[in-house]
Amino acid sequence: MSTTAGTAPVAGAPTAGSGVWLHGVVVDADPATLTGIAGMDGSPIRAIRAAGLTAVVSAAPLAEYGEEALRRNLEDLAWLERAARTHHTVVDALSRSGAVVPARLATVHRDDGRVARVLTERRAELVATLARLTDREEWGVKGYVVPGAVPRGAEASVGGGAGAAYLRRRRAQLTAREEGQRIAAAAAAAAHTALAGYAVAARRHAPQDRRLSGAATAMVLNGAYLVERAAVAGFSALVGALADRHPELRLELTGPWPPYSFVTEPAGEPAHQVREPA
Amino acid sequence: MGVTTLAPSSADDPLAYRPVALVDLLDRVLATGVVISGDITLAIADIDLVRISLRALVASVGALAPPELPAPPSAPASGGAAGNLGAAG
Repeated sequence: MSTTAGTAPVAGAPTAGSGVWLHGVVVDADPATLTGIAGMDGSPIRAIRAAGLTAVVSAAPLAEYGEEALRRNLEDLAWLERAARTHHTVVDALSRSGAVVPARLATVHRDDGRVARVLTERRAELVATLARLTDREEWGVKGYVVPGAVPRGAEASVGGGAGAAYLRRRRAQLTAREEGQRIAAAAAAAAHTALAGYAVAARRHAPQDRRLSGAATAMVLNGAYLVERAAVAGFSALVGALADRHPELRLELTGPWPPYSFVTEPAGEPAHQVREPA
Repeated sequence: MGVTTLAPSSADDPLAYRPVALVDLLDRVLATGVVISGDITLAIADIDLVRISLRALVASVGALAPPELPAPPSAPASGGAAGNLGAAG
């Protein structure tokens, strides 16, 4: 972190300056598509062309998107949500008219020239990635624990009063819950293997914290799958078949997504994240 | 901000529009996406970006989150046994 001169948080910042927010890289962008979409600051997105590629960008006033401002704003959930949704709207629109290499959130350059230089310097890699993503889209499959039957038979048979019975029941519930999560995790691994076998590429994101997902039970699968556009119906059917095969798992399908999860080079099989369910 | 639960019979139209859940979106735009270091964000390492944002998220929802387990319907009166359970709960 290079803290230079700018210490004044808002008032003294160089408000005249504007950075360039990178949404993604495409081969070519239809001008009609660009003019209809608002970028980070509300004005239309635009194209920067170099080396036979097109970077789709929007203006990012430094008072809001400069380094210090970004650090502050990324801690602000309302700001983060607005930025993420605006960025996604642009990337999603681009993905509907062809292959796009999405940029990670908050990729900000100082000017157009720097963006053009990136296109030139990384042309080979970007072209290869665009080719790999053509006619494919990302789908997400999440799996949640389905609470199993709680053993309740013993609760009335042993003496000890209502309090002790409650405690025994409670302990049995906890044990059953752990067992249910273990079984669901095994089913999640099996489902992921089947889905990955159908998809062009696959990866598992970390399970979402339940406080964030709002789900009633723990998430055991947070998979992303790159699927041929022509094979999406079959992929969806496979998810349905897996839901039938694994009643201990509740599956959710989301998508289509722009290929966010598949733009980095597949460095071998991504290590499966083994995490204890919270 | 729901995502439709996929029952086998509801898989008929996978392309139907569904609102994007913020948490699903952040999984993707923060943890993935091509890493082209911008001049301005160069100093904000990728891992930092993820960590900062998730911290903001968790802090925001933490106060609203329901308790992990429902409270006992009525506190058991027998104190000795309650002491045993303390470790398990």
